[in-house]
Amino acid sequence: MTISAQKAAQQGRRTSLARGRSRTAYLLLTPFILVFLAMLVVPLVYSGYLSMFKRTLVGGETFVGLQNIISVFTDQRFLEGVGRMTVFFVVQVPIMLGLALFIALALDSGRVRAARASRLAVFIPYAVPGVVATLMWGYLYGPDFSPIAQAFKAVGLTPPDLLSSNLILASMMNIVTWEFVGYNMIIMFAALRTIPLESLEAAQIDGAGQIRTALSIKIPAIRQAIMLTLIFSVIGTFQLFNEPSLLSKIAPNVIGTSYTPNLYAYSLAFVNQDPNYAAAVAFVLGALIMTVSYVVQLRGRRKVSA
Amino acid sequence: MSTRTNKPIRAIAALTAVGALTLAACSSDPDTENSSPEPVTSPAVDDAAIAEAMSTPTTIDFWTWVPDIQNEVDLFEAEYPDITVNVQNVGQGGEHYTKVRTALEAGDGGPDVMQMEYQYVSSFVLTNSLLNLKEYGADGVQDQFVPWVWSQVSDDAHVWAIPQDSGPVGTLYREDIFAEAGLDGSPETWAEFASAAQQVKEETGSYITNFASNEPGAFLSLLWQAGASPFSFDGSETLGISLNNDRSKEVVAYWQDLVQNDLVGVDPDFTDTWYQGLANGTYASWQTAAWGPLFLQGTAADTSGLWRAAPLPQWDASAPSAGNWGGSSTAVLANTDAPIAASEFAKWLNTNAESTEMFANEQFLFPTRTEILESPEFTSDELEFYGGQRVNEVFAEISATVDSDFQWLPIADYVFGSFNETIGAAIAERGDLLAGLDEWQADVVEYATAQGFTVVES
Repeated sequence: MTISAQKAAQQGRRTSLARGRSRTAYLLLTPFILVFLAMLVVPLVYSGYLSMFKRTLVGGETFVGLQNIISVFTDQRFLEGVGRMTVFFVVQVPIMLGLALFIALALDSGRVRAARASRLAVFIPYAVPGVVATLMWGYLYGPDFSPIAQAFKAVGLTPPDLLSSNLILASMMNIVTWEFVGYNMIIMFAALRTIPLESLEAAQIDGAGQIRTALSIKIPAIRQAIMLTLIFSVIGTFQLFNEPSLLSKIAPNVIGTSYTPNLYAYSLAFVNQDPNYAAAVAFVLGALIMTVSYVVQLRGRRKVSA
Repeated sequence: MSTRTNKPIRAIAALTAVGALTLAACSSDPDTENSSPEPVTSPAVDDAAIAEAMSTPTTIDFWTWVPDIQNEVDLFEAEYPDITVNVQNVGQGGEHYTKVRTALEAGDGGPDVMQMEYQYVSSFVLTNSLLNLKEYGADGVQDQFVPWVWSQVSDDAHVWAIPQDSGPVGTLYREDIFAEAGLDGSPETWAEFASAAQQVKEETGSYITNFASNEPGAFLSLLWQAGASPFSFDGSETLGISLNNDRSKEVVAYWQDLVQNDLVGVDPDFTDTWYQGLANGTYASWQTAAWGPLFLQGTAADTSGLWRAAPLPQWDASAPSAGNWGGSSTAVLANTDAPIAASEFAKWLNTNAESTEMFANEQFLFPTRTEILESPEFTSDELEFYGGQRVNEVFAEISATVDSDFQWLPIADYVFGSFNETIGAAIAERGDLLAGLDEWQADVVEYATAQGFTVVES
C-alpha cells in the first residue's frame, strides 16, 4: 500500500516534470511551427483546394473534386516529362554521385596536393547561381561561335549540335552535374571526416591499402550520407526547372512548355492561365517525389541491415 | 516507432482540415466580385466633369516598361498639376500581364493605367477588365490615328486603349550582299524573292534571310500581309480560328520550299547565333517591324552603311500590303477610382503634340499618329547606318498599307507558346511545315474548346 502510494507519487512528479519539459519544448518550437504552418502547410492545403476546381476562361469556376488529379495521371505531357526526368535520374545521378564520392575519397586519402584549394575548386560551381550557370553553359553550347564549336572546327570536325533534340538532355545533365558534384562531395567529405580513426588504423594494421579501405571501411561508414545525397538528387531531378526554362530561350523548339513536370506546372499556371490544373500537376508531382524518395530510403535501409 | 511517426501526421491532417475550411470560407468573396463586373453605365462625360476631375488632386498608377516615359509624364503633370502619375515598371512582356492579372484577381493593388500590346487587348476584354474609353470621349481622337492601328484597339461600340506605337513590317537588307548576288535592290514580289534566295545562296553563300522558328509574331505578320486572317473574336464566347486556312497554306507552302531547299536560315531569333548571323552576313536580310532599324543598328554596328530599308516583297505588286509586328497602347482598367483622369491621361499621352513627338524622335517608338508620321522632322531623318537613307519615310509609307482586318484571340499567350512546339519545331527541323501548321491549328482549337469557347473553324 505504502509502496504503491510512493510509486504513484513518484510517477506523478515525473509526469508533471515531463509535462513541464514538453511545454518548454513546444514553446521553443513555436516559431518554427508557426512558420511551418504559414509557409508550408497553408499553401499546400490551398493548392490542394485549388486543384479541386476547374476554371475556364469562359464559364468560370466549377467544383470537380479529384477529376483534375485523376486526369494528370493520363496526361501525355505530364507523363512524357516524368519519363524524361526518369531517364535523367537514372543516367545523371549515378555519374554525379560517383564523381562526388571519388573526389571526396581522394581528398580524404590525404594524397592530394593543395587539398583545401581543390576542395574549394570543386565546390565553387555550386556557389554560382543556377541561372548564371545555365546562361554560361548556354553560351558554351552555341552551335556556331561557342568555344566548343570552335574547338571542333579547329581540328576539322563538324561540331555536334548540343542544343538539338538528341543531345539537349545530355547537355542539361552536364550542367547539373557540373553544378552539384561539389555540393554532394562536401556532404560525403564531411561524413568521411567523422569515421573513427581506430577503424582506419585497424584496417591499416590488417594490411588494407587505400582502395581496400575505401571499399570496405569508408563507403559503408558513410552510407547514410550517400543516401542523403541520393534523396536530394531525387528531389532535385524531378523538380528540374531553371535549366530547361533558360535553355528553352536558345532552343525554343526543342524544349517545349512541358519538358519537365515542374516547367509544365509553371506554364499551365502562367501561360495557359489555369492555376487549378497546375495545382493538380504540382500535387501529383509532389506525391511522386515523396514516393520515390521513400522507396530509395527503404531500399537503402534494407541494405544496411542486410 | 509507429506511434511516434503517426502523431505528427495526425496533427497535420487535423490542421489541414481546419485550413481547408478557413480557405474555403475566405475564397468565396473574390469570386462574387469577379463574376459580375458592372456594366459600363457611366454617362458620356461632359467638359465640366472633365474640368472638375482634372483639377481635383488625384493619383494615377501607371504600369509601363517604356524607357524614359517619365519625361512625357512630367509634361502631363506640368499641364495638370493636380494629377500625380506614378510610373512603375513591373517587368516587360509576360511578367507585366501576369502581375496585372494577379492584381485584378486580388481585387486591389493594380494599376489604373497600363501599357498594353495589341495582341493582349482582347484577353483583358474577355475578363471585363478594361474601361470603355468611348464613354470618355476617345471618339474625339480617333481621326488623329492611322486607321489600321485604331482598329486594333476598338470595335463599333468600344475603344479599349489609345495606340502609342506600332510595328509595320518591312525589309532591312544588306545592299552589298544583294549586289554581289547580282540583285538590284530588294525584290518587289515574293516570286522574285524566291529566285533571289537562290542567287544569294549560290553567289555569296549567305541565306537571303532567316525564317525564325520561334517567332509567332513575325510569322503572323506575314499571314497578316497576305490577308490570311486566321483569328476572330466576338468579344464574349465565340472564337474563329483558321490558322490553316487556304491563304495561310499558300504562304506556308511558299516558305516550305525555301526552308527545305536550305535557302533560308531557321535559327531562333534574338539568340547569340542569330545576332552573329545578322552581324556577319549569314543572313542578308531581315523582315522586321519599324522598331527593327534602330535595334539592328545596335546589334550589328560593324556593318554600318551596308544596310538599306525597303517594303516587304509583295504577293500582288499592284496592291501593296503589309502586316504589323509589335507596338503597344495605353489602356485604362475598369476598376480604376479615377476613370476620367485616367482616360484623359491615356489620351493626352498619345495625342499631345509634344509628347508624341518626344516618343517618336527621342525614344524612337514608331508613331501611330498621322500627323507625326507625316511630319518632316520625322520622315526626313537620315540614318548613316542605312547609307543616309530616310528609313522612317520608308516605314511610314509601309504603315499606310497595313490591312485593318487582322484580329487577335483572347488567348494570345497560348497561341504564341504553341507555335514553338508545332510549326516552329517543323521549321527548326526543316520538316513538314504544312503538317506543323495543322498541328498548331489543332492544338489551339483544343485549348480554346477546353477553355469553354465556342470555336468556329473555317
